Formats: sequence, C-alpha cells, structure tokens
Amino acid sequence: MQAKKRYLLVSAGACALLLAYAWTLRVAELHTRLPQGPVLPAPPPLRSYLEGAEHEEDGPLLLHQHTSPRERRDVHRNMYKSRRCRMETCFDFSRCRHAFRVYVHPPARGEATSEGYRKVLAAIEESRYRTRDPAEACLFVLGVDTLDRDRLSPQYVPDAGGRIRALPLWNEGRNHLVFNLYSGTWPDYAEDLGFDAGHAMLAKASADAGNFRPGFDVSIPLFPREHPLKGGGRGRLTTNDVPPARRYLLVFKGKRYLTGIGSETRNALHHVHNGDDVILLTTCRHGKDWEKHKDGRCDRDNEEYGKFDYQELLHNSTFCLVPRGRRLGSFRFLEALQAACIPVLLSNGWELPFSEVIDWNKAAIIGDERLLLQIPSITRSVGADRILALRQQTQLLWDSYFSSVSKIVLTTLEIIQDRIHTHMSRSKLMWNTLPGGLYALPQFSTEPTLFPFYYGLLGIAPQQGFTAVIQAVTSLQSPLQPILKLIIAVAKSKFCAQIVVLWNCDKASPHQSKWPSVPVPFTVVEGRRKTMSGRFFPHDVIRTDAVLSLDEDSVLSTNEVDFAFIVWRSFPERVVGYPARSHYWDAGKERWGYTSKWTNEYSMVLTGAAFYHRYGTPVHTHYLPAGLLAMVDELANCEDILMNFLVSAVTKLPPIKVTQKKQYKETMMQQGSKSSRWADPDHFAQRQSCTNAFTDWFGFMPLVRSQLRLDPVLFKDQVSILRKKYRDIERL
Amino acid sequence: RETSNTAGGGTGHALPVRTPRFSSCFGVVMGTSVKYSSRGPALIPRMKSKHRIYYITLFSVVLLGLIATGMFQFWPHSIESSAEWTVDRRSVHDAPLTLAVACTPALICALNLLLQVYIYPLQRFVDDVGVPISSTGLSREYNDLLSAISDSDFYTDDVTRACLFVPSIDVLNQNSLRIRETAQALATLPRWDKGMNHLLFNMLPGGPPDYNTALDVPRDRALLAGGGFSTWTYRQGYDVSIPVYSPLSDEVDLPERQPGPRRYFILSSQTAIHREYRVELERLKEENGEALLLLDKCSNLSQDMASARKRCYKAINMSLLTVLGARLGQATLSDVLQAGCVPVIMADSYILPFSEVLDWKRASVVIPEEKLPEMYMILKSIPPRQVEEMQRQARWFWEAYFRSMRAIGLTTLQIINDRIYPYAACTYEHWNNPPVVKWSSVNSPLFLPLIPPRSPGFTAVVLTYDRVESLFRVITEIAKVPSLAKLLVVWNNQNKSPPEESLWPKIAVPLKVVRTKENKLSNRFFPFDEIETEAVLAIDDDIIMLTSDELQFGYEVWREFPDRLVGYPGRLHLWDHEMGKWKYESEWTNEVSMVLTGAAFYHKYFNYLYTYKMPGDIKNWVDAHMNCEDIAMNFLVANITGKAPIKVTPRKKFKCPECTAIDGLSLDQTHMVERSECINKFASVFGTMPLKVVEHRADPVLYKDDFPEKLKSFPNIGSL
Repeated sequence: MQAKKRYLLVSAGACALLLAYAWTLRVAELHTRLPQGPVLPAPPPLRSYLEGAEHEEDGPLLLHQHTSPRERRDVHRNMYKSRRCRMETCFDFSRCRHAFRVYVHPPARGEATSEGYRKVLAAIEESRYRTRDPAEACLFVLGVDTLDRDRLSPQYVPDAGGRIRALPLWNEGRNHLVFNLYSGTWPDYAEDLGFDAGHAMLAKASADAGNFRPGFDVSIPLFPREHPLKGGGRGRLTTNDVPPARRYLLVFKGKRYLTGIGSETRNALHHVHNGDDVILLTTCRHGKDWEKHKDGRCDRDNEEYGKFDYQELLHNSTFCLVPRGRRLGSFRFLEALQAACIPVLLSNGWELPFSEVIDWNKAAIIGDERLLLQIPSITRSVGADRILALRQQTQLLWDSYFSSVSKIVLTTLEIIQDRIHTHMSRSKLMWNTLPGGLYALPQFSTEPTLFPFYYGLLGIAPQQGFTAVIQAVTSLQSPLQPILKLIIAVAKSKFCAQIVVLWNCDKASPHQSKWPSVPVPFTVVEGRRKTMSGRFFPHDVIRTDAVLSLDEDSVLSTNEVDFAFIVWRSFPERVVGYPARSHYWDAGKERWGYTSKWTNEYSMVLTGAAFYHRYGTPVHTHYLPAGLLAMVDELANCEDILMNFLVSAVTKLPPIKVTQKKQYKETMMQQGSKSSRWADPDHFAQRQSCTNAFTDWFGFMPLVRSQLRLDPVLFKDQVSILRKKYRDIERL
Repeated sequence: RETSNTAGGGTGHALPVRTPRFSSCFGVVMGTSVKYSSRGPALIPRMKSKHRIYYITLFSVVLLGLIATGMFQFWPHSIESSAEWTVDRRSVHDAPLTLAVACTPALICALNLLLQVYIYPLQRFVDDVGVPISSTGLSREYNDLLSAISDSDFYTDDVTRACLFVPSIDVLNQNSLRIRETAQALATLPRWDKGMNHLLFNMLPGGPPDYNTALDVPRDRALLAGGGFSTWTYRQGYDVSIPVYSPLSDEVDLPERQPGPRRYFILSSQTAIHREYRVELERLKEENGEALLLLDKCSNLSQDMASARKRCYKAINMSLLTVLGARLGQATLSDVLQAGCVPVIMADSYILPFSEVLDWKRASVVIPEEKLPEMYMILKSIPPRQVEEMQRQARWFWEAYFRSMRAIGLTTLQIINDRIYPYAACTYEHWNNPPVVKWSSVNSPLFLPLIPPRSPGFTAVVLTYDRVESLFRVITEIAKVPSLAKLLVVWNNQNKSPPEESLWPKIAVPLKVVRTKENKLSNRFFPFDEIETEAVLAIDDDIIMLTSDELQFGYEVWREFPDRLVGYPGRLHLWDHEMGKWKYESEWTNEVSMVLTGAAFYHKYFNYLYTYKMPGDIKNWVDAHMNCEDIAMNFLVANITGKAPIKVTPRKKFKCPECTAIDGLSLDQTHMVERSECINKFASVFGTMPLKVVEHRADPVLYKDDFPEKLKSFPNIGSL
C-alpha cells in the first residue's frame, strides 16, 4: 500500500516536472518566434482609421442595403414613444405649417383651478399665440390643472388622467404641452404625474435629467402661488458696487427633512456653517409631528435658525446656496436670482430651468452635492470681476425670463417655437445677452449682427445711412405743401440713403412728376392698412439699419437731421427724436398721467420726427398683441406712445432728445392744424388713457425718465458761428 | 511612442510592448497549479519523515518550476524598437494652436483645477489564436490624437494623479473592430473599474444594416467621445459629441475665402444618399436649375480616395451644402466647414459635434428631414448678409475645432474639464467668437442697464499738492452740491503735512484726508476704501469755476450713463496726416473724444481697473511724466466699454485750460506735444485706437429754452 502510493506519487511528481519542462520549452519557443512571427509583424506606417473597413460612402452594396429614410422615420416613431419621445417622433410638425398658435382646452365647468394654473392659462390667453380655433393650433394646452400632482396636496386634481383622455383632441398627447410644478409624493418623491402624459411635452419644474427628454420637455422654474402674472418684481440690484462684496459670503436658510428623501445635503450643511460669513441654517420644524423624529442636532439648529432674518441674509450675501429639497428645484432659486445673490446650486441631476437656451454658468455656480465641503473655498476663489458679471447676469435672466408667470410661460412657448422653426431660431447669444430672447425676435432675423443690441459684443457698428419714412395722410395739392419741403431738406442730408413715402391717404398716390426730384432712391409705398399702426409695419423696401420716421407736417432742417443721425449712431438701440413728452404718476386719480408741457424731464419722444433702428418695426408688429394695435388704429392716436413703451421695455433706457429749433413745436401745431389730430380736444384725453392701457398690458411702467438733451458740442457757445458745424440749429 | 514617460533621451522612445494572452491560456496555467497543491498536503501526514523530506523537495521543485514558468509567461518578453511605433508627428506640430490655453485662468492653476489625463502605454491585443482585435490596429488618426494629448497640459504620466484615463486601444472605427474581444481587452486595463473615468474616442459607430448611433462595444460607465450620436444614445452632460474627422482636410489645402455668394447655391456632395432622397434632390435640381449641384460617385475612378478627393475640389465653389446619410455623423461636415460653406443639416435627432459649447445656429441651417422638398425655399429665404456671417462662422469652427485630430482631442478634453470645474469654464464668447470678433468686441463689465438711485450721492476726490487756499475754495464750492456724499482729499505732498483739522472749511458731509506715500499722479485713481459710493467725482484743487448746478447736473447725467466718463472740459484726438501719427487737440472743436479728469464723474470700478488692470507700462509712464493720467483713463474706459465719454454743459473759461497741471506745470506748446506723445504711446500699448469721437454734449432739457429760469431744474449752467 505504502509502496504503491509512493510509486504513484513519484510518478506524479515526475509528470509534473515533465510538464513544467514542456512549459518552459514552449515559452522559450514562443519567445524566439515572436519577433518575426505573424503575431507582431513589423508595423507598416500607420493607416487611416477609415481604411480596413467598409467605406460607407462608396460601398455600392450599402446604397441599397440601408433602410429608406421614410421607413427609418416610421421605425423611429414606433420605437421612440412616451418616455423616449423626441420632437421628430412624437410631434406632428404638419400642424405648424403656417404660424405658431396655441389652443387652450376650455376647462370643465365648475372645475377648481389653482391660482398658479389660472395665471399660466391667462398668460397664454393674453399672448399673441392664442387661438380659439383648434384646427389652426400647433400646440395644445390642457384646461385641467396639472400643476400640482402630489397626491397629498390639497391642490391635487383627482382623476385628471381620465379627464385628459376624454378630451376629443388629446390624440395620445401629441402636440400637447403639460405644465407641472410638483410630481410624486412622500416619501420618495418619484417623478410621477399620476396619469400617462403619452406623447405630450412636459413643462416641468424640478426636472430630473434622468427622466428629462432632451429637446422635447422643457424645464421650468418652481414658482410660488403668489408669483405675479405680469410685470413682476424688478431685480433687486440697483448699484454695481465694486468690490462686489456683501456682508455675507454664502447663506442658506431652509428646512431640513427628518423623514423621506431630500435631506442628505441639507443635513451636512452645519459642517460648512461658520457663523461669520458663511451662514447655513436649517430647521427641523416642518409638518405636525417633527418632534417625534427629531435628532440630536435639531435643538441647536433651530436656535441658530431663529437668530437670522431670511430677507436680511438674502440681500446682504454674495452667494446663496440652493440645495435640493424634497424635489430637485426649490423656491430658493428664484428668490436668490431676484435678490442678485449668485445661486450656488447643489442639486445633482437637476435639469436647470430653460437649460436648453440659458447658459447658467454665466449666472450661477454649479456645485456638486458630493463635494459640499469644497463649496466655501470655491466661492471664495471667485474673483471680483466674475462676481460683478455673475450678479448682473442674474438680474438679466430674472428680468427676461423669470420675473412673472407670463414670462415663464412665454419663454416655454418660444423655446418650443424655436424647435419647430429650426431654421428661424435664436442662437444662444440672443438668449443670454440683453435684451433677452423674448425681445430678440427671430421673425426679424436670426443673425445677431442685424440687431442693434449686439454691436458692441460683435465689434461692429451700425451702417452709415438712414431711410426716411414719411407718413403722408393728406393728398398732394399745392407745391408749397410742407411734405415737399421736408423731402428736399431730408434728401440734402449726406447720410440719407433712401426716402420712402408711406401713402396712407384715401386718395390715390400722385404721379411721379409731382414729387420733387431728389438724389437718393425715392419710393412711394401704398400703406397696406391705411392705419396709424401701419407706419411701423416692417416694409421690405427699408434697407438701412436706421429709420427716420417723419410726419408729413414735420419741419426739419438738414442740419437737425444730420446731427440727430450722428447721435443715433452712438445710441442705436434707442429712439432719438426732437419733441419730447413726459409721463407722471397722478396720485390723486391713482393712474398715470401724460403731459406735453415743457418739463425738466421727459420719457418719450414723438415719432413724428425720430430715428430708430429698423428692428423697431418688426418688434412692433410681431411682439405686440393684435388688441393693442387695433386700439391704436381705432383711436388713430397713441402709435408713438406705444413705440416709446416698447423700446423702453426692451432697452430699459429712456429715449434721447436732441436739440431742435425752438419754434418747432409751435410750427408743427399750426401747420397741421387743418386736419391734424393734434387739434382734436379729445386727443389729449385719449393719449392719457392710452398710457394707462399700455401700462396694463405690459404689467409695469416701462418708460424711463431722462433729464438731459443732447446738443452739438459748440451749441450756443460764445465762439464764432463759422467754427460751428451745425449752424442752422441755432439760427432762429 | 505615445506616452512620453520615456524622457530618457538618446534612443529615446523605447517602450515595452507587452503581449498578454488573456482568456484561455491564463486559465490553464492556474488550473494546473491548484490541482497539484491540493493533492499534496492530503498525503503528507501519513508518510515517514525521510520520505517527507523527499516529497517536499520534489514538490518544491515542481512548484518552483511552475512559478518560473508563470514568471516567464508574463514577463515582458518582446520589446519592440521604437522606430516601428513612432509614426510621424509632424501634423501635430504643424497645426496651429487652436485651443487657447489662455482659457485656463490663473484660478485654475491656483486650485490645480486642470483635468489630469493619463494614457495607457501602447499595447497590442490579440486573442488566443493570435488574431488582433482590430483589423487596422493603431490608426494614424488615433496616434495623432494620443500624441496631441500627451503634449498638452492635460497630460500626466502619474497614474495615481490622473482623473481621466485614455486607453490606447483604437476604437475610432467600429467596422474594423471585433466587438466582444475589444470589450475584453478594455476590461483588462488595470484601472478599468467598469469604465469609470475612462474616455473612448469613436468616430464611426454602428454598422449595417441598422447603424447604431453609438459605439457598440460594451463600455459600461466609460465616457464616449463619439461622432454621430443621436439624441437617444447621447448621454447629455456625460458623453461628448465629436466630429467625424475628415482625412482629406490634411491633404487638401483650402485657403480661407471671403464669404459671399458663390457659383452654386446648394451642393450635395455625399454619394451614399438613399435613392429616395436622391430622387427628391434631382427634382429640386430640375426646378431650380443651375443653383444646385449634385455630385455622385465618379465611376471611372477606381480608387476610393481619388473619388473622394475629386468631390472635394469641386466643393470649393458652393455656398451651401446638405448633409444626409445612413450614419448621422459624416466626414463631409468637416469638408463643408473647411470650404467655408454653410452646412445644411438634414439629419433628425443628430447631436451636432461639440454642441454643448458650440452655437451651431450661427453656423448652420438645421432642417427636419421631412422638409426636404421645401429646402430650397427655406434656404432662399435666408438673407445674404446672414449667409455671409454663417460662412465666416463655419470656417472658424473648422479652424478651431475640426481641423486636426489634435483640435478634436483637446476640444473634447476642454469640454470635460469645463464640466468638472463649471465655475472656471470657458465662456460662450470664448468658444464661439472668431479671433477677429474677439479682438474687436467689447464686453462691458457694467453691461446691465441700471440707472442707479440718486440717494447714495457721489464722493468727490480732490487731488492736491500744496495749494491750500485754492483747495479750501474748491471744497467750499463742492460742498454746496446736494448729492455730495463725501469729500476725500488726496494729499500728494510728502514733505508737508496737511493743515490742522480746525483750519479746514466746515462742511455738512464727511471730509477725509488721505496722505500718499509718493507724489504720483496715479494716486488720484486709487480705489480708496473711503470711497463708498458708486459715483466718483475727480476734481483738481483749482477748479472753482463750476457751479453747484453744473456739478449736480453732471451727477444726474452720470446716473444715466454710469459706464461712461462724464466730464466738463472736452478734448479731441486727431490723425495728423503729415506726421502720420495722432495729435492732441484742445481748440474749440465740434467733436469730443475725451474729457479731462480735472473735473469728471465716473464709476468707481474704473479706479480698480486703472490701478490693477491698466495694460502695459502706461501707469509707470504717467507717473514718470507727471502727465496724461486723464488721457490714460479715457483710453481705459473707451477700450473696455467701447463707448465715448460724455461732455456736459457748455465750454467755459477754465483758469487752467489743461486742468491737469499740478503746481502750474505749464500750458504751453511743449505741454501739447507731450499730450500728443501720450496718445501715440497709449495707442501703441492698446494696439488700437479705442477712443470714440462724438459730436454731442449733454445739456439740461430746457437749456437756453425760452422758459422761466426759476422753473428750470438747473438754471445756473453755462455762466462764465
């Protein structure tokens, strides 16, 4: 037995040895073979990555092999539905062939709609996109309130799903837009709407990047119930203080949740709180039975929490922490934005509001929840110049897109419109610089160099010439009529590139020979609508950046025109005119007043003689709702006030008054006295009520006052008139 | 060579190239060893001691043999000479620096916020029968890419410091890969860990018939820099969409052309367009004739490359171009951009290259595939001026981001870097503005249109040397201005102390005296902590002729133009044709391009800029010449805001016309010559003439109007 075993073992050992030897041999063999063997040939000069494989473009087989594009689109449509929707698979573009129109499903009778959703619907109702005819609609909005889909919330609308499915036009949600602020509920707050939105686009707050359908859904900010419908609070930044430091560096004040999700980051905030310039306060008090769940830190936290006032912190801090709450977004975000407190976002996976178009790196610090402890050092390392820029950008964004429900809703609609008309959509430059995407209309152009706002940013200047657009309302009878004198005076200006007469008179336009001969191109355009607002119609004949708008009875000298144009070139985004008017707050009647008296301030210039950028006309025609334009036409008045409102709303700056011959005003009044509307006694009262109606529509008073007038450098100086370039202006 | 950890000089690039045989081989060896050792110990206890020694020795020998075998097996045993793997690197160095390193601000370096990228040493992967996993092996492009990364600032050879790993396995073209084996090869990388922090570059993903839009190689969590992503495969904020590199761009030299209309309006140069689309294009061509040019394969040319090249040469002549195809990413896009044409992209759901940072709307036209029949109409509706801008932009994108593998690789890394450190990321302007625009554009630091409230008032900063009497008069005058918030006297005389406190005029606002260490003109623009208001009035100690109305009005004007210099005496710069240089002008001119800071309002931010951000040696020049600090300030403000200053109120007789002269420095001819010299000096330092000429000045609305003086806000203006 023993011997047998020993024998066996020895042979086994020998076997093993042999095996080992064989191994070494093989390795040796491999070793020697390798350099010249087939495994590693001497590499030739490297080949291009396109070689050695089928060259797709020229493979003859492939041409017929790959599926037809139409088939592929159908396959995509079947494959990418609901949660994987994209515009090209879930949206019916054919509905939007003509114009972008939005139809709101009428809410069921007696249906409880939350205040927030009422504002959303009202914003759409008042916008220029609303239609009452579902057949011409491109986009549909639900009448059922879907803002709050938290089952535990009192605002929750039960059986929303059933009611939505019952809509005759629902069509699985195709071309529908569903607004939602809250979804899911305690404890996990999963993004659950409680109904199947199907192919509908979601305009959703606190969107999770994981569920977000890029290019299809829209992430909107979480706004409180009391968020104003229109106008909205101004940003709180009034001065650009330098160095831009405030009392606190970083602040936060909010709840800490003891149960359910959303508190990991907030629980850790006390590690960063230093009681000096980093003030991060949490409280455990929320809900009814927080004391049951309270932990060791609660009492200490609650005590600190009570010591500071939130508003005081907000307005005296450079950075504001915006950590996730129950959901990814929180109210802190908009509050910080308005207060010009640079948001420091700690909410991983949050698809930021309007992220499709807004460049948040310009207005916020995007932190990482996992790296909370680095936040103070990151904020401290941000330089003064950067803080200055970030802070101004918060205000720009707040004012452009967030300050009211109306702006949030309009921004959402504009983003969708840009997706539909891809070749006519705004670039990121337009969305992220003044005056913001809502005022930079792609209907005018999508090329930033054509707008007056980006000259500086793109390093260019406006064109040299201007187009004089003269509105003619009386027929041409005598050769002494002021319009003829005006044409000659304007044509003498060396900057005049063309003259356009807008024939808004009921009689047919006179023969070519009746007009004076001028050295510049001269066109007579029949007003399409012979109305007041028609004067600002974007006529294609206008080729220059600058437009000089004139009434037929305006009296201007060549000198005055030249000087005003030179001034306009320094302020291309504003209206530059001669006679000025002012608005004031009539405290007794609690409404706005309008005055034509000579005052020390002005806020409007009359467009009977004013320079503005060509961009003013399309924005006038496309931005304003039909209602306002109809009002102007009906009154045959106020078109100039409306223009001033619009330009000031866009630029947030006053117009510019240049010097004029003193008798101008009186002359104008007399000249046009026969037919002029200025003589009408109702005229003034109308203008007063216009001012108030426009303010109502805008939701705020956009006009800004100015105390200065621009004169030629040597105006009325005690120096020889021969030295002066603009002599006529001083002559009486 | 690729990993540059060779530093060794001499022969230099020698690198070990290992040939591990993964899978089967490995398994067999391990199996044997286990078998033997498990049987051994079970028998030993029952044996006699002398036998036990024998057996132990025997087994030791066997074990040693096995270990030796194993060692041999895995020892790096084939060393390739460097020459074979070092391919020409000229393209890398010839290419101009496209991604400005300037974008990485000092902040990044200070906090070490630069992505550290490690590249695995070159290896060659074969399966157990010795067939490589890729039919091309390392491609020229991938080699270029790796060497570009290893030459960049991102590169580190320290694997422990690296944040991102780039495998040296070439997966640029999926068609040349064996997918399963490539995945196995990737998994053997020492730090693979399910692909965490690994970056793969792929340009041609998917294959017939379905053409997946992302690399089919299982890659777990690895980041993919892929060409031809669709919205479904692109993981936003994680993957990077890159262009499909066109090897042609290296061979074809297309110099930049002036944008503008070209012979053909639309060109379709792809040959692999589906018949359905080709029919549609043919129809469009029939309708619109010469404007369209459709190119197909050149059937008489046998070589692929030649036909491709032929197409490209023709491409020079058009202005627009369509992109359609089975794959979303097309190398044609690169050719189009290179030719300075506007790409017309008709590929639904395609994620455009680098779309995270590049604003394609300014360089391309995107049209849904369904709208192909309307394409011509849509393109015709774009105004020519816009097409020109797009052409310019398209060419710039190619130059900066498409030109070479180096550009593509570094752009990708920069994008990832920006994601990791978003607070130090490159701006939109940096990515999208061509150098010409970057150079001429102004990004005003005070861009928000704010009209600051009146109430904080302004701080008057009076620069003085020793003219106490005049100084006191100035103080008394300024103190009458309603909006004055504080008075700061900058005492620039080191030899003499300022007068005793009791001697100073009693005024209603705080008065502070700051003593300076040196008698420098620049001291007047120092950002003193004492200046708490936004508005600063710089005023000389001899400006007593300005009335309180004039000063208050100046402040009101500044409020409407807080980003400009608002001053009283205006000056002009002129081009002297005879001398061929700039000239300073103080006569009665109709134009203004500067205001003297002997009496001027400005934003206190400009103090900060003047003191810390003044370009070149201008500050020293000013202090050395004791002159021109006001001209320097005018240059600075005009340069950063792109705007002219504002002169307020009519000209009046100033006691000292230049108002800068300290201690009566002179107002004669030499003075004027010196000021002209300053302008020329500053213009050369700024590299341009930033001053803007205007012909207006600001007066109160009712100035000189026939209106009762007592009803005017600022009646006392312009009196001599």
